[in-house]
Amino acid sequence: MTDTFLSVSDLGVRFRTEDGPVQAVDGLSFTLRRGRTLAIVGESGSGKSVTSLAVLGLHDPARTTLTGSVTLDGQELLGAGEATLRGLRGSRMAMVFQDALTALSPYYTVGEQIAESFRRHTGANRREAKARAVELLGRVGIPSPARRAEDYPHQFSGGMRQRAMIACALVCDPELLIADEPTTALDVTVQAQILDLLGDLQREFGTAIILITHDLGVVAGNAHDALVMYAGRCVEQGSVEEVLTAPQHPYTSGLMSSVPRLTGDVDVPLTPVRGNPPSLLGGLPPGCAFRPRCDHARDRCGEDLPQLTGAGGRHAACHFPLVAHENTPEDTVGPTDQLESTR
Amino acid sequence: MLRFLIRRLLGAALILLVISAATFLLFFAVTPDPALLSCGKACTPETLTAIRHNLGVDSPVPVQYWHFLAGLVAGRDFGSGQHCPAPCLGYSFVNQQPVLQTLLNRLPATLSVAFGAGALVLTMGVGLGLIAALRRGKPIDKASMGIALVGASFQIYFFGIIARYLLVDQLGWLPRPDYTSPTSNPLQWAGGMILPWVTLAVVNAATYARFTRSTMLESLSEEYVRAVRAKGLSTKAVYLKHAFRGAMTPVLTMFGIDMGMFLGGALITETTFNIPGIGRLAVDSVAAQDLPMMMGTVLVASTAMVLASIAVDACYALIDPRVRAS
Repeated sequence: MTDTFLSVSDLGVRFRTEDGPVQAVDGLSFTLRRGRTLAIVGESGSGKSVTSLAVLGLHDPARTTLTGSVTLDGQELLGAGEATLRGLRGSRMAMVFQDALTALSPYYTVGEQIAESFRRHTGANRREAKARAVELLGRVGIPSPARRAEDYPHQFSGGMRQRAMIACALVCDPELLIADEPTTALDVTVQAQILDLLGDLQREFGTAIILITHDLGVVAGNAHDALVMYAGRCVEQGSVEEVLTAPQHPYTSGLMSSVPRLTGDVDVPLTPVRGNPPSLLGGLPPGCAFRPRCDHARDRCGEDLPQLTGAGGRHAACHFPLVAHENTPEDTVGPTDQLESTR
Repeated sequence: MLRFLIRRLLGAALILLVISAATFLLFFAVTPDPALLSCGKACTPETLTAIRHNLGVDSPVPVQYWHFLAGLVAGRDFGSGQHCPAPCLGYSFVNQQPVLQTLLNRLPATLSVAFGAGALVLTMGVGLGLIAALRRGKPIDKASMGIALVGASFQIYFFGIIARYLLVDQLGWLPRPDYTSPTSNPLQWAGGMILPWVTLAVVNAATYARFTRSTMLESLSEEYVRAVRAKGLSTKAVYLKHAFRGAMTPVLTMFGIDMGMFLGGALITETTFNIPGIGRLAVDSVAAQDLPMMMGTVLVASTAMVLASIAVDACYALIDPRVRAS
C-alpha cells in the first residue's frame, strides 16, 4: 500500500448556472499523506471550497459535472454511489466549516449534534453517543463539557462554537479532515488556539488535513505543503517553506507582498495584487488566467496556457517563473526585491 | 413560560375589550333604536318604552356597554324580570334565546369543521410542499405546484357545490354533507364532514404547499444543512430532522391565523354545506340586527384568533431554543 491517503488527479468541477457554464476547478491534482497538512490557498472564487465539496461529494449533482479522479485510501470517490459516500462522510472524512454559527443547527443542543454523527456511523445508542460527545467536547477544550453539551450553539462564544464544530467533525476519528477557513470568523488569539488544537489532534491521531485558507500567515505555521489556486487552477505547489520563501509564480509572490509584516522595514507600503480575479463565467480567455494582473506578463502569456512544471512535488504554472527573472536587468522592481521587502 | 402566558392572556383580554366596544358602537351607529324592530305594526310609544326596558336598551350606549361587561362578570337582571347568570351574554333580540347557550350549541359544528379541515390542510399542503421542494425542478415538483395552483383558484362555494353534485348526488360516493353530533353517531359525523373538510382543505392547502416549498428550499440552502450532510446522515434525517425544523416556523404562523379564522366560523363552508356553526349564526344575527347574538359571535371569533396566536407563539418557543431564551 502506498503512503498516499488522498489522491486527487486532474479534478474538474463544472457548474451549470443560469448565466452559463462555469469551470470552477480545472485540472487540479494533489496527493496527501496521513499525518500531513496541505494548505490550499487562494482568493474567494478560486475554487478551493468547491474542491473540498467535490471531495466529500457535497455538490449539487443536478447542476455539477465532476471529471478526473479522487481516491481515498485507494477507493475511487468520483462516481461512487451516494450510499457509499454517506458511509464515508463523517466517519473517514469530515469537514470543519468556516462559520460555526451558521454551520451548527440552531435547533439542537451541541451535544446532540456531535452525537448524531457518532450514532449514525457506529450504531451506538443514545447514551453512549452522548458520553462520546461529552468526551469530545472535553478534548477540544470546552470547560465543564457535560454541562455545555446541553447548551445550544447560540449560548456558545465564537471560539467555543468552532471548537464544538471541530468536535462534531472528529467524533468518529476521521482519517481525513477538511477545514474550510476554520479560523476566518474568529479573533486572532482564538485563531491560534484553534489551529494549535488541529495540530495536536493531527499529531495524536495521524489525521490528514486539508486546510483551506486565504491567509498566508495561517499557512506558514500550520501546514506542511501548500497549493496555490487561481481561477480554478493550481498555479503553484510545493512544501510550505519553498512556496513561501521562494515563490515562483508572480501570483504567489503578489499574495506574499499583500501580507503586512511586523519584522523588517515597516515603512515599506503593502503592495496588493492589482485588479480582480477573472470571472469564470463563459470560460477563461486563452493563455494564463493571471496575465491581466501580472507585472511580468509577456506576449506568450496571452497565447499558451502555462502548464505546471517542476519536479519532486515542487511545481509552478508560469512561462517566466520568478527565479528565472533574477538576472533580468529590465525588471526595475524585481520579484526578489519584493520578497526581500516582505521578509 | 408561565409569565409569558399571563402576559399574553392579559393582552388578549385587552384586545377583546377593544373589539367588543367597537362592535357595540358600530351596531348603534347603524341601528339607533333596536326596539323598533320588535315593536311590530301596532306600535305605541308605551309598548316601545316597555320593549326598550325589557331588552335593556333604554340607557345611553356607554352605560349599556357597561351593563354588558358587568353581566359577563357578575350576571345581569333584565327589565323583563329575567335573571341571566354570569357569564351573561344576554338574550337574543329575535327569539329571546340565551346567547351563551346558543353559542355553545353551535360550537361543536364549528370546531368539527375547523379541526378536521385544519388537520387536512396541514397534511395536504405541507406534504405537497415537501415533495415539491425535495424534487425541485422535477416533473413531480411541477405537477404538485400545478395542482396547488388549480386548488387555490377554486372558490369554496364553487368547488363545494360541484364536488357535492358529482360525488354525492351523481356518483353517491360520499354521504350527504350534514352535521351530526360526534358523540351520538361518530361515523355519521365523520361521513357528513368529509366534503366540508376536503373542500376547505383543497382551497387552502395550495397556499401551504407553495409556502412550505419555498421555506423548505430556503432551509435546504442553509449552511447547517450542508454540514449535516457532511456528517453522512441519511437524506431523511437531513430533510426531516434538520431542514424541515427550520422551515416549520413560517408555516405555523400562517396556520395559526387560518385556524383562528376557521374557529371563528368558516362562514362560506358552513353556508355551502348547511352546517349549523358559529359562522352562519354570525351572519344571521347581523342580518336580523340581533345585538346580543352578534356580540357573542364576534367575541367567539376574536377569542379564537387571539388564542391561536398565543398557541403559535408557544409553538415557536418549542421549536426554536433562541426564542425560549429571549
